[in-house]
Amino acid sequence: MRTVRILTAAALAAAGLLGTAGAALADTPSAGASTSASPGGKDSGPTEAGTGFRTATAIQPGRRATADASTGDYLYWVLPLDSGQRATVKATVKLPPAANRHGASAWQLDVYDGLRRRQACTYGTQQAAAAKEAASVELSCTLRTVRPGAEPWANDPLPGSYYVRLTVVGVAQEDLGLPVRAEVEASTRDTGGAFAVDGALAKPLVPGIGKTAQAGPGTPAQQAAAGEPADGWSGGRWSDRWIWTAAGGILGALAGIFGYSLTRGRGRPSGVPPRG
Amino acid sequence: MITRKWVAAGACGLLATLAVGLFPANAAAGEPVAKESPKVELVLDVSGSMRATDIDGKSRMAAAKQAFNEVLDATPDEVRLGIRTLGATYPGDDRQLGCKDTKQLYPVGKLDRTEAKTAVATLAPTGWTPIGPALLGAADDLKGGDATRRIVLITDGEDTCAPLDPCEVARDIAAQGIHLVIDTLGLVPDAKTRNQLICIAEATGGTYTSVQHTAELSGRVKQLVDRAATPVVTPVATEGAKQCAGAPQLGAGLYTDREAFGEHRWYRVDVKPGQELRASVSVAADRAVNNDYGVMLRATTVHGREIVRGSEAGDGRTDMISTGLRYPKAEADGSDKDGDAKAAVETVCLQVSNSFSAPASVKTTPGLPVELTIDVVDGPDDASDAASFGLGRGWWLIGVLVLAGLVAGVLWGWISRWRISVWRTN
Repeated sequence: MRTVRILTAAALAAAGLLGTAGAALADTPSAGASTSASPGGKDSGPTEAGTGFRTATAIQPGRRATADASTGDYLYWVLPLDSGQRATVKATVKLPPAANRHGASAWQLDVYDGLRRRQACTYGTQQAAAAKEAASVELSCTLRTVRPGAEPWANDPLPGSYYVRLTVVGVAQEDLGLPVRAEVEASTRDTGGAFAVDGALAKPLVPGIGKTAQAGPGTPAQQAAAGEPADGWSGGRWSDRWIWTAAGGILGALAGIFGYSLTRGRGRPSGVPPRG
Repeated sequence: MITRKWVAAGACGLLATLAVGLFPANAAAGEPVAKESPKVELVLDVSGSMRATDIDGKSRMAAAKQAFNEVLDATPDEVRLGIRTLGATYPGDDRQLGCKDTKQLYPVGKLDRTEAKTAVATLAPTGWTPIGPALLGAADDLKGGDATRRIVLITDGEDTCAPLDPCEVARDIAAQGIHLVIDTLGLVPDAKTRNQLICIAEATGGTYTSVQHTAELSGRVKQLVDRAATPVVTPVATEGAKQCAGAPQLGAGLYTDREAFGEHRWYRVDVKPGQELRASVSVAADRAVNNDYGVMLRATTVHGREIVRGSEAGDGRTDMISTGLRYPKAEADGSDKDGDAKAAVETVCLQVSNSFSAPASVKTTPGLPVELTIDVVDGPDDASDAASFGLGRGWWLIGVLVLAGLVAGVLWGWISRWRISVWRTN
């Protein structure tokens, strides 16, 4: 394990040093573009929602998913999140006409990770009440930053599938079954190397990924549900810490040369007779 | 060993990329072949009350017929669709006979649209509302194979054939483990009908819709039929034991079980050194339960020592509560390599417990549906430092490195000057 790490480190450092400028320059704008495209892009995603973890509809960050449903349905979507990403899930529920409704309702957005563990929202309106006359209700949930690895006893968010569940939690019994329209959109922000911790999962937390790997790529239908980020899983080994550390090393070396030259003074040291 | 794995993974990845790049159609086409085509049965209430004219100014029956025509046109080709009626033939007053009145109007199979439409056109509102027997009949129609099964029940009134409670019928059907989902639609429902239909839907993991307009009816039924056509992974039924000894041995996969209120169920999973066990469990609330509930999944050694647990609690309306855990088993030590590889396999016991409770009026058997997913994957790289590879980041790091460089440079300069002067004086 150690040797692998050292090898990887060496390879990455070499790559980093050789192509720092190019790679960094090439990397940054693309990352920026994808993040800025997320909230702005109104690409239409799937128009369905699943009714459980198994049937959750796969969505991608930055694409808006819609679904027609009945009040009381439990709507599930699943999206892939990679390490370093901090995701915000926003949902809008368009309620049935107020004339048909009998009272206020409360809606809730929950996010579960690939192990079906509920994930905390750091901020956002996870549960919102809709008055009897309200036309729609908005919910949002910002997750913690996804880390490449964590101890098994921790509940830290890890790369993998994230399930979004949207449902009504409080409603007049008469209003159950009325048609509603739900919209869900996730956006992600890259947090950079600040959250790059050591240790990484061998495989992202995608249900059934062990079986998929055995069966060979592309065979089970499960893969369709699993979903991958648009540019694949990062593996959690690259972070901008490589650039910071390498740059620090270079600057340290330059500072060393500068410090050395200070002790030399300008030209020949005094008291040394001219040559010849 | 890991290095080898990496090389292998790299090669596999390369191959996969090549394969996908060369034969993209192959991978996509490979998926649906393995799956049996889904079965759906539409169960339509043709009882006398369907004559009421309160859907968009038309009778409920007319609305249902129009919706059926639209649905039949839009049904995906791979779906095997059948139609069953209830209360369609016996107009009399004999409850005994009225409550047996359910028949298959169109058999489950490849859909002949014209034939199905003609059959629907002949229907006229007639008799009783025997929902329970109709559901039993429909479940029977869908028997066989391992296809996805779905019943769509469309009715305008509650079951008039007590004591056979359709809600319990639905729960019994669900407990057979044939992955049958019942979706219910109520046409302008009253409170009793609504409660009954919600109960049926809840018992099987289906949905309930209240219909006021024809467009809603056809739209929703189309959606439900399409849902049946979406491929999903079918779980394998298993039965956990009362303790770890004798518990079923599970590999990676998706499993279902039933667990009564307050019951514990045990399963066993083998984990090799260097592998990671991932398990998650969902316990569904398929009936009216009390407001506070929880679930715990615990991994223990065969001797009962707890390794790791996942637990979750919640309150209020829910369809299920779930939790999960991860257990990476450390790489084997140098001492017990190759030969002892078999001996090093650890059996992990998984215990699933729930803290659901129900009001006294609710039946406790069969137990609550449990869904268990198990994955065994390669172990993670252990963290040897808080930061990724122990690397640094930020201006403090840069400052420290620059300062250290400067100090080292100055010192080195002084030392070399001193050495030169020493050499000179000699």
